[in-house]
Amino acid sequence: MEENIIEVNKLVKKFGKITAVDKVSFNVKKGEIFAFLGPNGAGKTTTIKMLTTLLHQSSGTLKVNGFDTLKEQSEVRKSFGIVFQDPSLDDELTAYENMEFHAVFYHVPQKEIKGRVEKLLKFVELYDRKDFLVKTFSGGMKRRLEIARALLHHPKILFLDEPTLGLDPQTRNHLWDYVKELNRKEGMTVFLTTHYMEEADKISDRIAIIDHGKIIKVGSGKELKKFTKTKNLEDAFLKLTGHIIREESSSSDTSRQHARLWGRR
Amino acid sequence: MRTVYIMWIRQLKRYWRSKPRMFGSLAQPILFLVALGFGFGPIFQKAGGGNYIDFLAPGVIAMSILFTAVFTGIEVIWDRQFGFLKETLVAPVPRFKIMIGRTLGGATVATLQGIVVFLICLLIGFRPDNWTMLPLAIVFMFLIATLFTSMGTAIASRLNDMQAFPLIINFLIMPIFFLSGSLFPLDGLPGVIETIAKINPLSYGVDGLRYAFTGISHFNIWLDFGVVLIVALVINLIGTYMFSKIEI
Repeated sequence: MEENIIEVNKLVKKFGKITAVDKVSFNVKKGEIFAFLGPNGAGKTTTIKMLTTLLHQSSGTLKVNGFDTLKEQSEVRKSFGIVFQDPSLDDELTAYENMEFHAVFYHVPQKEIKGRVEKLLKFVELYDRKDFLVKTFSGGMKRRLEIARALLHHPKILFLDEPTLGLDPQTRNHLWDYVKELNRKEGMTVFLTTHYMEEADKISDRIAIIDHGKIIKVGSGKELKKFTKTKNLEDAFLKLTGHIIREESSSSDTSRQHARLWGRR
Repeated sequence: MRTVYIMWIRQLKRYWRSKPRMFGSLAQPILFLVALGFGFGPIFQKAGGGNYIDFLAPGVIAMSILFTAVFTGIEVIWDRQFGFLKETLVAPVPRFKIMIGRTLGGATVATLQGIVVFLICLLIGFRPDNWTMLPLAIVFMFLIATLFTSMGTAIASRLNDMQAFPLIINFLIMPIFFLSGSLFPLDGLPGVIETIAKINPLSYGVDGLRYAFTGISHFNIWLDFGVVLIVALVINLIGTYMFSKIEI
């Protein structure tokens, strides 16, 4: 079972003059939990957006579940479920309606929708809230709903872009337990990013450290610690990426938007 | 078909659930009807124009459709800001289907709004000349709604936030409304204004609507129908293209 489910080859993404992702290559094996770690602005989310067909790369090739992300978009999209970094629910719909919407968009057979939605809502312990508008939910509940939604169409790969951001330790542990269980039971591949190093160390089989759009090191948590001669992953991470605080946030976001707005690609 | 349907029903649910928006959007047409209708009524009559409310009602109905349609089209920006747009764009569904569902939903909402305003016009004293023409009126309402929902979506596809919104309202939607023959007859206007009114698609929409209600029109009814239909299709195609180009 050494089959690659994600293959990334010399991936480049430029926003105007800024190179967000610079010749990145890596593979993810089927059934693996793969973590993508890096400081703010390292290119994690941009890479995920390209893997999930939301952005088009400047050059390089991407294969997800054997399909090219540019040429076989629809097949790629059927293969994965995603929990985005920021919320992506319709606040004006109920939990059930959000799930139903997703099921229809992913061509889940009409007869199976109700059963699957109910089962997943029970799984994330939101069943008794299924007819509440999402805008009445707490951050943790929204997250759980998004995870349930991402699993609705039985994806082969689950992308989690900082899924535990802003959640309390209880919810975070719960969430990782779900993910691990799914990975073990269904053999689902998980691709995640996070800023919580212990989480990454605990849950993932392999970790890629990315900085300034380049991959610095790929290996298991143990290997990374051994390589950097450090005791925990956080120290290993800091040793590899340095201690300087990154200026990402709004400034580069704005330049991205400008680049998009004026079509300088 | 199911994807178009679920997108359509979503728009209707959102509309139905935002009661303040529903009632709020009725205030403007009522104000126009009461202030202009009763305010200018006597002058209009003295000038030989007949009953001003009868003239104004189709214009105000078109106005409420115009605004509701553009708003629902522009909701794409909200979807972008609240993240829901990503959920739809990452799904294995062709973008044009999302666009069709969205446009039909927005157009249905705007048409419903137009019908509500029509009922308010009846309360104020407006009487259609010929009730059997009501279906034609609704067809025109739906065409106007489709045209401007598509326009809203097309514009919103290029915007990242609501900052440009007042600009669109003041420099696009307001002129489209005021220079469309909604408020005054298009006969004997100064050349520039007449030319602008002639290239304004809403002029034909209002004219068709007025024909359906009162039997009087400035242009030919078939010209009205043809222009609104073709412009609606063209703008919808442009909107679909712009929507399909969105990257997040």
